[in-house]
Amino acid sequence: MRVFMALVRRELGAYFNSLTGYVVIAAVLLLTGFGLVDLIERIRQMPYPSPVTELFYQTTYFWLVVLLTSPVITMRSFAAEKAAGTYEALMTTPVGDWQVVLAKFAGALAFYLLTWLPFLGVLFALRQITGEAALFEPTIVAVTFLGITLVGGLFMALGCFASALTRSDIIAAMVAFLFGIGLWMLGYRPDASGLLPTWAIPVLEHVSLTRHMEDFARGLVVGRHVVFYLTATWLLLFLTQRVVQSRRWK
Amino acid sequence: MEQAPPMIEVENLTKRYPGRTAVDGISFQIGRGEVVGFLGPNGAGKSTTLRILSSFLPATSGTARVAGFDVFREPDEVRRRIGYMPENNPLHLDMRVREYLKFRARLKGLGWRRSRERVDAVLQQCGLTDVSGRIIGQLSKGYRQRVGLADALVHEPDLIILDEPTIGLDPHQIRSVRALVKELGKRHTVVLSTHILNEVEMTCSRVLILHRGRILAADRTEDLGRRLSLDGQVIAEVEAPPAQLLEAFRDLPEVERVEVEPMDGNFQRLSLVPRNGADLRPLVSAEIREHGWPLRELTRSRHSLEDIFIHLTRGKVRED
Repeated sequence: MRVFMALVRRELGAYFNSLTGYVVIAAVLLLTGFGLVDLIERIRQMPYPSPVTELFYQTTYFWLVVLLTSPVITMRSFAAEKAAGTYEALMTTPVGDWQVVLAKFAGALAFYLLTWLPFLGVLFALRQITGEAALFEPTIVAVTFLGITLVGGLFMALGCFASALTRSDIIAAMVAFLFGIGLWMLGYRPDASGLLPTWAIPVLEHVSLTRHMEDFARGLVVGRHVVFYLTATWLLLFLTQRVVQSRRWK
Repeated sequence: MEQAPPMIEVENLTKRYPGRTAVDGISFQIGRGEVVGFLGPNGAGKSTTLRILSSFLPATSGTARVAGFDVFREPDEVRRRIGYMPENNPLHLDMRVREYLKFRARLKGLGWRRSRERVDAVLQQCGLTDVSGRIIGQLSKGYRQRVGLADALVHEPDLIILDEPTIGLDPHQIRSVRALVKELGKRHTVVLSTHILNEVEMTCSRVLILHRGRILAADRTEDLGRRLSLDGQVIAEVEAPPAQLLEAFRDLPEVERVEVEPMDGNFQRLSLVPRNGADLRPLVSAEIREHGWPLRELTRSRHSLEDIFIHLTRGKVRED
């Protein structure tokens, strides 16, 4: 456990020792800031019956944040260490493959959640500005953050996996971005095109990230959504561990 | 009491990459307390061998054991016992020296208090105390190398493996790193790789010469030259009639071959190759004194590992 903690601390520290961390935080601040302006407009236009997190979710900024920042947050995790050679130094200490994978994942997820913290400030500011306390139900905000965490976990695991595959952080970021946006598109209004066979629609709806997040933003915890994120994240981490381990395959 | 296993036992170790055999069935043993140099040109298989020993890479076939533990089957036991500095000494350049060493100590399983003690000790030992708060990326290469060494030492390993510890350093830094390695050799088993010959001569008690994945020679550093009967040639510059000079040395049983060449004035250059690597200097000086010839120089050429190496690899290249 203390090895794990040392690794997580190092991962988190690396974000703040380099510009990457600050650039990502700045980007998220900018995007949630735009979201804030957008939200003020929406709340002003009509007294909305739905919670503010759902309103925010309906702006495009939520997915912009997730899809754009997750590859940048995770791209360095394995690739940069391989390129710098520190990976060899790391893997010749008595640490386990799982320890390394989970620590890198945990570090990335912790940083991702950190970038979402200002969003709480945005919500607080909105409440002050609009005075509509009813829109800021704490449980709904909490469930929204649960959704943010679960979606983030999936994307961080995907990014770690992409990063483990290569020595180049640019390639890692691109692969993570393409897979990420592919996964997102897969479930983006599957019934809209009219081209898909009818049996495919319910399947795609089940993996529809946008549907899941919509429910979370409304304050609904749906069991199968949670299970979906946990299993998908676990699967990606498992694949990452296999990639890390493959170095020792004969 | 059962005898402790040797520090390193390697048997028939082979590592193949697609289309290339990096290490080709090598076997050797390294005892506790030895300082052994792996010597060879780039691409000889030194780094690959060290990577297998540090259980970073699996071997294609053959076995390697460190302190009796199989590097493939018991990697954690092996890693606990080695301090490994990979090629090019990779470090987290964004971290501060003390912070980095503490992180590394924690990874190697040291507790909070113990890692603090050990980090202080290695900072001192490697002369890093003054820069302990600096960011590694801003340090000179010499200091970075010491950080790498300090990292290798921090958990008090039995075996220290250094891959090219002096590469890319200036002569002054090389000297200080070599002094450190020598110091380490007093308390640890040290294996280092290098392509610089006098590095091995200066720091190692034994040398393994690798070329194209094979061991060409393995011997004590000082014996290697003798075994290959490359050294011991004696050169004297004497003022004497050449014929008499030749006469005086030709029939001595210790002498294999005599040559006399004229030099400036009446001086002759006398070169003698000994039989069985004997030191001919006392004999030569006695003989010359007996004849009362003026002598202005008497030296015994010591062949460096450089010569040995070129000698060995040249033969090998022709063979291939």
